[in-house]
Amino acid sequence: MALLSFERKYRVRGGTLVGGDLFDFWVGPFYVGFFGVAAAFFTILGTALIIFGASLGPTWNIWLISINPPDVKYGLAFAPLAEGGLWQVITFCAIGAFVSWALREVEICRKLGMGYHVPFAFAFAILAYVTLVVFRPILLGAWGHGFPYGIFSHLQWVSNVGYQYLQFHYNPAHMIAITFFFATTLALSLHGGLILSATNPGRGEQVKTPEHENSYFRDTIGYSIGTLGVHRLGLFLALSAVFWSAVCIIISGPVWTQGWAEWWNWWLNWSYWANPATAPQT
Amino acid sequence: MAYYQNIFTRVQVHGDPDLGIPLAPHLYERGKTTAHSYWLGKIGDAQLGPIYLGWTGVTSLICGFIAFEIIGLHMWASVGWDPVQFVRKLFWLSLDPPKPEYGLTILPPLAEGGLWQIAGFFLTASVILWWVRTYRRARALGLGTHVAWAFAAAIWLFLVAGFIRPVMMGSWSEAVPFGIFSHLDWTQNFSLRYGNLFYNPFHALSIVFLYGSVLLFAMHAGTILAVTRYGGEREIEQITDRGTASERAALFWRWTMGFNASMESIHRWAYWFAILCPITGGIGILLTGTVVDNWYDWGIKHGIVPENPDWWPATPPAQ
Repeated sequence: MALLSFERKYRVRGGTLVGGDLFDFWVGPFYVGFFGVAAAFFTILGTALIIFGASLGPTWNIWLISINPPDVKYGLAFAPLAEGGLWQVITFCAIGAFVSWALREVEICRKLGMGYHVPFAFAFAILAYVTLVVFRPILLGAWGHGFPYGIFSHLQWVSNVGYQYLQFHYNPAHMIAITFFFATTLALSLHGGLILSATNPGRGEQVKTPEHENSYFRDTIGYSIGTLGVHRLGLFLALSAVFWSAVCIIISGPVWTQGWAEWWNWWLNWSYWANPATAPQT
Repeated sequence: MAYYQNIFTRVQVHGDPDLGIPLAPHLYERGKTTAHSYWLGKIGDAQLGPIYLGWTGVTSLICGFIAFEIIGLHMWASVGWDPVQFVRKLFWLSLDPPKPEYGLTILPPLAEGGLWQIAGFFLTASVILWWVRTYRRARALGLGTHVAWAFAAAIWLFLVAGFIRPVMMGSWSEAVPFGIFSHLDWTQNFSLRYGNLFYNPFHALSIVFLYGSVLLFAMHAGTILAVTRYGGEREIEQITDRGTASERAALFWRWTMGFNASMESIHRWAYWFAILCPITGGIGILLTGTVVDNWYDWGIKHGIVPENPDWWPATPPAQ
């Protein structure tokens, strides 16, 4: 049994959302629950279909395998399995597995008397995925606008979609998302580094306190957000990165179809400075 | 003796400001000015300051200010000192590196890259002085120097893009311009010129660590916030004397995905994911144009891009 020394007293019944005690048990370290069964079903089916799709494809090279969405000629209809139908079923399985996983996290939170912050955060990731493979394709009228499932083929999709808008970096939501991605990584390095520096101060030194952490950040940048605040900040930054990523792709096509550099013309042409009658004289 | 208490309530209690862990006597002393912000107190610590300036802090700020002024004044001059056009075109304005014909010339004419070099010199000096500061402030408090080495990883990427790779390529023109849209253009052109950076495996790794850092921070911060009712945000205490917050946090992930970190090791995961992002990214940039001319061709040769483009779908346009 993969039981930690302190684990037994936490393994109590209850907290399930669905199924009562029916699936309220563990397999090895894993909690099962109704949503564990559901997640396993979708995961095994989806993975098997990916392997089946690969067997129909031209290669077993792991980097080149690609499960492609249907041609746009199928619109929002079902496609034959070998022509994107597999992609549709796999997408359904993926969403089923992700949502089951999130609800299983909710059950585990309830069992352990914890807040729901982690499944709430995971919901943002699910939202971003569903935006890419469901919401945007629906708005554009064809499942063919989803991305292919392959390690490098999905990168080609990202690259191609980016160049359809000429300079995707000029997408304002993309700018915001990237800023949050970089800021999250910066904040994570600072938080991880600070905790490690306090608990690993070097040979012969005593482990330090949160007062030392506060002093370090106040000394260097004049402000220390504190032990609780840094986790609020981190969660906000990380979820903002995901949220704005979803925004930047849902507006590409459904809202804006030209190059993203042209989008900025509203700013250059703002009447205050573009209209000779109102422009300030200098 | 230092102590720690978190009063978990919406009421903000303001006592005397914390003036920090006493420092050993030194030529420079920590400041004494503090302030409180009610709105900062809504999410984190309400206290601002005191700050330690010291000679590396002062010189770093001066160098950073000089670089900022050179860039800003150049941009302003480039619109004929018109303040309205400066605001209007701010995102389009740029201080560009020297043209290719200057190679690695030190100080070409100011208007043709000389100013870029001076701004880059002061910005680099500012960053390195600030690094010394992050290192020395940690040692002065008896802390490890982990934060300084994380900062060094970011400086590595900064130096690769603006100094090391241009030197290896033999031309300052390879470096990144100072400007909002101009550095985005540089990024896109860099990718196009070398056959699409998406097929650069170190670029792929860097993105893995970038997204991985966001994932890890969401997981970690979410977990800690979910156990603050058990004092989970007292991470040092939980590391040295494991309490129920740590146990629940660990079991949450063990039961979810069959594996858990400890209160200390999650910070090692966090630290390494975060610093490997700029480390691998810097390697990817350094290899581009110096070792590999075309990442698409490299990808075909090494079996990560199919020779037959029909294996991957044509991406349909949005209309």
